[in-house]
Amino acid sequence: MRAPLSWIREFTPLEADPVTIASALDNLGLEVEALDAPGAEIVGVKVAKALDVRKHPGADKVRLVDIDFGDGTTTVVCGAPNVVAGMVMPYAPVGATLPGGFTLTPKKIRGIVSDGMLLSPRELGLSDDHGGILGLGADAELGADVRDVLDLHDVVFDLAITPNRPDAMSMVGVARELAAHFGLPLRVPPPVIDESGAPTASEVTVRIDAPERCARFTVRRIGVTMGESPAWLARRLTLAGMRPISNVVDVTNYVLLERGQPLHAFDLDRLPGRGLVVRLAADGERMTTLDGVERSLTAEDLLVCDAEGRPQAIAGIMGGSVAEVHEATTEILLEAAYFQPMGISRSSKRLGLRSESSARFERGVDPNGVLVGSARAAELLRLVASGHVAPEPIDEYPVPIVPARITVRVPRVEALLGVELGAERVKETLRPLEIEIEEPGAGGGDDFVAIPPTFRPDLEREIDIVEEVARRVGFNEIPRTLPHTTGVSGGLTLRQRERRLVEDVMVGFGAAEAMTVPLIAVTDLERFGLSIDATVEVTNALRAEEPILRPAVLPGLLKAAAYNASQGLADLALFELGHVFMAPAAGVLLPDERDHLTVLLAGAVTRAPIEADRPVDVYDAVDALDAIAEALELEDLRLVSGTAPGFDPARGAVVTVDGDPIGHVGAIAGSVLDAFGIPGPAVAIELDLDGLLGGTRRDRAFRLPSRFPASNIDLAFVLPETVHAADVERTLRTAAGELLEAVRAFDEFRSDALGAGRRSLAFALRFRAPDRTLSDTEIATARLACIDAVIAAHAAELRG
Amino acid sequence: MPADALAELDLDAARAAVGAAGTLDELEDLRKRLVGKQSVAARVKQSIKDLPADRKPVVGKAVSEYTAAVTTLLDERHADLVPVEATGTALDLTLGGHGRMRGHLHLVTQCRRELEDVFVSLGYRVEEGPEVEDDWHNFEALNFPPGHPARAMQDTLYVNLGEPEQVLLRTHTSPVQVRVMETQKPPIYSVMPGRTYRNETLDARHSPVFHQIEGLAVDRGITFGDLAGTLEAFTSAYFGKQLQSRLIPSFFPFTEPSAEFSITCVFCDGAGCRVCSKTGWIELGGCGMVDPNVFRKVGIDPEEYSGFAFGFGLERMPMLRYGVEPIKTFFDNDIRFLTQY
Repeated sequence: MRAPLSWIREFTPLEADPVTIASALDNLGLEVEALDAPGAEIVGVKVAKALDVRKHPGADKVRLVDIDFGDGTTTVVCGAPNVVAGMVMPYAPVGATLPGGFTLTPKKIRGIVSDGMLLSPRELGLSDDHGGILGLGADAELGADVRDVLDLHDVVFDLAITPNRPDAMSMVGVARELAAHFGLPLRVPPPVIDESGAPTASEVTVRIDAPERCARFTVRRIGVTMGESPAWLARRLTLAGMRPISNVVDVTNYVLLERGQPLHAFDLDRLPGRGLVVRLAADGERMTTLDGVERSLTAEDLLVCDAEGRPQAIAGIMGGSVAEVHEATTEILLEAAYFQPMGISRSSKRLGLRSESSARFERGVDPNGVLVGSARAAELLRLVASGHVAPEPIDEYPVPIVPARITVRVPRVEALLGVELGAERVKETLRPLEIEIEEPGAGGGDDFVAIPPTFRPDLEREIDIVEEVARRVGFNEIPRTLPHTTGVSGGLTLRQRERRLVEDVMVGFGAAEAMTVPLIAVTDLERFGLSIDATVEVTNALRAEEPILRPAVLPGLLKAAAYNASQGLADLALFELGHVFMAPAAGVLLPDERDHLTVLLAGAVTRAPIEADRPVDVYDAVDALDAIAEALELEDLRLVSGTAPGFDPARGAVVTVDGDPIGHVGAIAGSVLDAFGIPGPAVAIELDLDGLLGGTRRDRAFRLPSRFPASNIDLAFVLPETVHAADVERTLRTAAGELLEAVRAFDEFRSDALGAGRRSLAFALRFRAPDRTLSDTEIATARLACIDAVIAAHAAELRG
Repeated sequence: MPADALAELDLDAARAAVGAAGTLDELEDLRKRLVGKQSVAARVKQSIKDLPADRKPVVGKAVSEYTAAVTTLLDERHADLVPVEATGTALDLTLGGHGRMRGHLHLVTQCRRELEDVFVSLGYRVEEGPEVEDDWHNFEALNFPPGHPARAMQDTLYVNLGEPEQVLLRTHTSPVQVRVMETQKPPIYSVMPGRTYRNETLDARHSPVFHQIEGLAVDRGITFGDLAGTLEAFTSAYFGKQLQSRLIPSFFPFTEPSAEFSITCVFCDGAGCRVCSKTGWIELGGCGMVDPNVFRKVGIDPEEYSGFAFGFGLERMPMLRYGVEPIKTFFDNDIRFLTQY
């Protein structure tokens, strides 16, 4: 909300400078988003009046406007639709300067030179409104400096008001807060109206059919003379960010801004049946709102209808065009009401229709201030629209809303804030906010009853009063302390530490951590060969093309690799540790959500000039896996035959821990690389993190390294291709017994002589005893045991 | 010859000098100085004849041992230097290594760890929760009743599970608070980092995904002053002592009193600049005292316990510290960004 300082000062004699006031507003919770001095950059802009509006010979949408700017007349070219003869407007002649430091130069529009330009509110820096030229009010002096007419010497606070503070959505509300803060009086004179003629009720009818959504509905009948608003009124609205439209509409907006009470003026002669009915819409019912849009309604939307039942307004949100006031209106029915906040909020959200009015109703206007608001409008209409106010407004208020009564325990207030205030200080903080204090009876101690005004619907409970006290004391005046913790120690869990370890191992391995968006497209899954069955889907995404919660991380990493390749960065090593999502089992609400560790190596490993570059291969991925298994000291991580979607079936393996499959390692299939647009080879790992961390760990009991000499023997076997090196290695370990210190494969060899489907694998074995030098007999025995075991287990032959 | 002449035969100094010789010429000069005719060793040796008889063997032995040791050092260094002289220069190590890749943690992870560590040192534990949540944990238990206007501020993404609008991508890390309070008894001191979602399209200023870290303290006698003090301790630890922090009243359904907390602008030291919209303050996040309604929903007696909670965006920290922008940079996964930090 934009609050001009001059308007606030009408209600409290503030003398502090704008910066001090802005700081006070911040500390009160009425956050100042910007402090505007709208006129600071405007030089040379004058008041001018349209004498005639003519067609432009070369264009339909722009017109020629002859103007009188006090010191003379000229012609400007103007594209705005709202300029009519007689309108008084801001005129920037050539040489004038506008906000942003822009200085006007002569400009030809469709062949005709425009001598300066007429300005919209946006061009004057007053608001974002660029829908038409700003009207200044009929009585503005031609040729005057627009800064004087609009009082652009004023300062405007642009306030962000939180959803719990309807009262602060008005000049009076802001003034009340500042008056309390600076210890100044708040003076809001009650409206004075002179009523005459027949009572309202004798002419019109009002009925509430949905009292749960509309607690109070009032109308006043007022005879008016339509016209432009005077300059002072137009100026205030403009500074507050609203565009003047006509005297009657402007008065309703003025009261909305000043008091926070939205009003709606119906043209009584255009209101069928001369009455209003408040009812819920029927599902599918339609009406056209003032902005010309036809809206489709539901049974949750509240309508203000004419006496014949036709919708004339979406209650509290926007009026319709049928009974809109217009230049020939002579009598209005002025609605002032209280609508249930949540209903307004839901309708406004569903319709995507927000207005100054809905912003206030959805926070909750003062149900007991409704008639004061309409009286203030009546008072102003007498002044600016020759208003004749009918006596006895209709006031449908079946169940009055009464103020809350809140018991406040002073020690509780002090205990929650951590500051000693005393009962008197607590009460003193509340009184300027118009919170009534009911003193305890005899023997009542420090407890008291606080009765907040009904314009503060956010104050319902003791804790709400605690917040008020804190606000008034000042959040930053409360001494800062730390909790007195006892018996509490911080720290990371084992899982959290191991998760960090896994990340660090990947960093040490040379991979950069990526964070891809977990929402992916159906086509991403398809390209990767994954099914959308058992995935979880977002139903209302703005970015509707990416609705799937990833069941795997690799598709996202492949997209990242493709993006980098498109930047000429095809060689990369990425890892990601993040959640994946699968549809829940029957009877479970939330998805099966787990952490995956995913690694993607793509392109070449660049080693030149020390060694030759080479493409990444699956053994690079196996290295990464080994590094993790080693860091976690996993007892039993194996690679077994098998494949998974996205992977090349010939160059991959299933990863098991303690015999349970936890993921996959291998090369990405060529067809998948093509589908993602990745030029080079790519290899990857995708593992369930908890499968990894849940694995049995190696025994950590100390083994003294033996100081006796080792005996090394090499054994080569001819084996079927289907036998994995790791299988042979395990057989060797078992057969060799405790004397085996280490074993590893060191040579792989194929030849025609060995025959198709067979290969030779050579293993180096190192034997050592903890307590003696091994004898030749012991070595020979162990060697034989190893050979026999491998031959028996794997259909192997010892290679000569 | 004074008795301490032997002290001049400093083998350690000789070893250092030999090790520093980088060319054969330097080494030969050194050989002359250390064991040549004009060397200290030669002078000591010549002086032996003038010594008392009982000193002669002692000094003689020391000089010959010294000379032998230095000669060995010189000869070994000579052997090391010959190949260098042969090729004319040492190896060019600036060619780089074998090309092992250097890994990096994502900037968000670095920040997350740093913040976790700050709070762990203040006595907090780290808690996590699911990213797909139910309405109860994300809204209802946090005092957002159905239809509450604050729900509209959250731009929630819903998924095809449960009843319509029952299961969603969490819009904040606060549901982890609820889970912690449902399963643990006070005292609770926890921070809850994690990924959060909003219904936004990834562009310069919006991201459907971002990260938050949330803090929760529930204990007997927790005060608003404790909240302010804890935030000050954190901002000092993370940004440095010279920063001021302030709280201004705000509104969240699950805290009361509620506040936004800000620090003096790190770009202009509070003088006012473009980044802080000339206010001198940069808003970090929201905080407040846990609302009694939330305590009741999770079965904690608000008369016995009180607590505070706070939360802020993780991406915001490196954005402030290093000027990273726009926010989509964090999720583009451009390898140049990922390897910059």
